[in-house]
Amino acid sequence: MSKKAEKANPGSAALRQQSEAQVYQNMQAEMSPPSHLLRGCLRAFLVGGLICLLAQGVQEVLLRYGFNLENVGAPTSAVMILLAVILTAAGVYDHISQFAGAGSAVPITGFANSVCSAAMEYRSEGLVLGVGGNMFKVAGPVIVFGAAGAFIVSIGLALWYTLGGGGI
Amino acid sequence: MLMHFVWAFVVGGLFCVAGQLLMQGCKLTPAHTMVCFVVLGCVLGGLGWYQPLIELAGAGATTPIVSFGNSLVKGAMQEFSQNGWVGLLTGIFEVTGAGVSAALIFSFLAALCFRPKS
Repeated sequence: MSKKAEKANPGSAALRQQSEAQVYQNMQAEMSPPSHLLRGCLRAFLVGGLICLLAQGVQEVLLRYGFNLENVGAPTSAVMILLAVILTAAGVYDHISQFAGAGSAVPITGFANSVCSAAMEYRSEGLVLGVGGNMFKVAGPVIVFGAAGAFIVSIGLALWYTLGGGGI
Repeated sequence: MLMHFVWAFVVGGLFCVAGQLLMQGCKLTPAHTMVCFVVLGCVLGGLGWYQPLIELAGAGATTPIVSFGNSLVKGAMQEFSQNGWVGLLTGIFEVTGAGVSAALIFSFLAALCFRPKS
């Protein structure tokens, strides 16, 4: 825009442009978080569901090799954890997490991934203080709060049973 | 058999959607989300509401981290019924010990053998 035109029409075009940009920005702010959230949820559902589907497959195979429904949980988790560690070491799990968000964090494989990636990341700081000290940087809180919460809950349950309550 | 897989997919996926809502909607870090889920699992396990879900969805209910909390309570209560009060301490990691040990050992080996790809 020439200086003359700007003087004659002081910034109205620019103003309009700005307000249009503002409107657009507002629109974007209104529209995008839900659709991003929806997309994130869809991806989480798909990937999380597929991981659980895979775990179910592993479980069905293990059930054929002499495990029963009571004790199949531990080896199934162990296999899934081994898979997650292999994928993390190969650098694939990070890509999956970027796509899936919570879909790869909520299953037990996400727990394994957080342990393994921390262990690998801090390898350069040495085996004892690096790997040993930082391995449970993300997974540690899960174990701490899990154990503390479980202790409180089970004390409550144990009291309930001891005092003769039933029905839970 | 087929329904097992369908339920595993749906229930496991729904847990992950709940996690995504916490992470993206409530802006929690993954660590906070996992802690919330584990504590939720402890409470559901204590109320006895998680076992029916496992019977319905199989790995769809045992794979999400919620199951970790449920298993902690389950292990403690199993030991409590056999050995009394000390069982609450000895039993907590009875069921989940395999998962924690596997994650620890495999990750340690991975850290020895591989370098992070950046």
